[in-house]
Amino acid sequence: MKHHRVLRIAAKLLIPFIMLFGLYVQFHGDFGPGGGFQAGVIFAAAIILYALIFGLENARKVAPTRIVTMLISAGVLLFAGVGVVPMFLGANYLDYSPLGATQQSGQHIGILLVEFGVGITVAATMIAIFFQFAGRGRDE
Amino acid sequence: MFLAVTGFAILRLHSLFAVVMLSGVYSLIAAAMFVALDAVDVAFTEAAVGAGISTVLMVGALSLTKQREKIPVHTPLLPMVVVLVTGAALIYGTFDMPNFGDPDAPANRYLVDRYIQESPKEIGIPNIVTSVLASYRGFDTLGEVTVIFTAGVAVLMLIGGARRRRRPDSRAGPEATRE
Repeated sequence: MKHHRVLRIAAKLLIPFIMLFGLYVQFHGDFGPGGGFQAGVIFAAAIILYALIFGLENARKVAPTRIVTMLISAGVLLFAGVGVVPMFLGANYLDYSPLGATQQSGQHIGILLVEFGVGITVAATMIAIFFQFAGRGRDE
Repeated sequence: MFLAVTGFAILRLHSLFAVVMLSGVYSLIAAAMFVALDAVDVAFTEAAVGAGISTVLMVGALSLTKQREKIPVHTPLLPMVVVLVTGAALIYGTFDMPNFGDPDAPANRYLVDRYIQESPKEIGIPNIVTSVLASYRGFDTLGEVTVIFTAGVAVLMLIGGARRRRRPDSRAGPEATRE
């Protein structure tokens, strides 16, 4: 789609805002609607839009397949790891209260980290599946 | 209303490309409906996944296959009966459901009060949905993330692994049949 100038410029304008919105939904999930799942999907949509307009090769340079594949498991690990930390601090698994000075700040930190883990996994999974699908008919 | 019209259009059409596009439209209308029901985060997901990513994936799959639907060989009578019976049972089930937003509904009576009253004190986060998802039901959410992880890994193994194995003998194998 190299010659579709309108599409390329529109996408160039939109993609930063989509990504920014994804990050906003990710880290503002405690205060407004949103959270890890939504943010991950929105972020993945930005990368997929980039891949659609500027070609798969360029998108693979932005998000190398190896790193994306690693991020899939990194998100789950982050979630599970945040759950383990309170166990060393004398609380139950996934009980974030001891992570901060007070119960509320502990819960805040825990929820933020956990949602970030969710977001990483969702975004990476979506991007990886898209890359595999889109690359199927081509590189053989 | 629009949902039903789009659904019927999807049923009647035989051009797969139009069906894919219409299912994207269907998701977008569903997202608008979720906004109207004040479920903004569900609407986010529906718009991004249903209208965006899955449409793109469907188009990607379409480029690997044919544009037109196959003519069915069986008569659709038995599936029709099954669908009608299931649909009738589901509609019959909705008669017992409480009205929308009914405060006395069982779903609203048991834990919701506690979440609404205690979560500002215990968690201190304005968005109760987030605190339920990530803290009270943290274990469930961990399970969900694991499901996504497993699904991603399975898809990568199915698609990616097959390609890697094919490469050595690129002349024969499934590739030749697909062309």
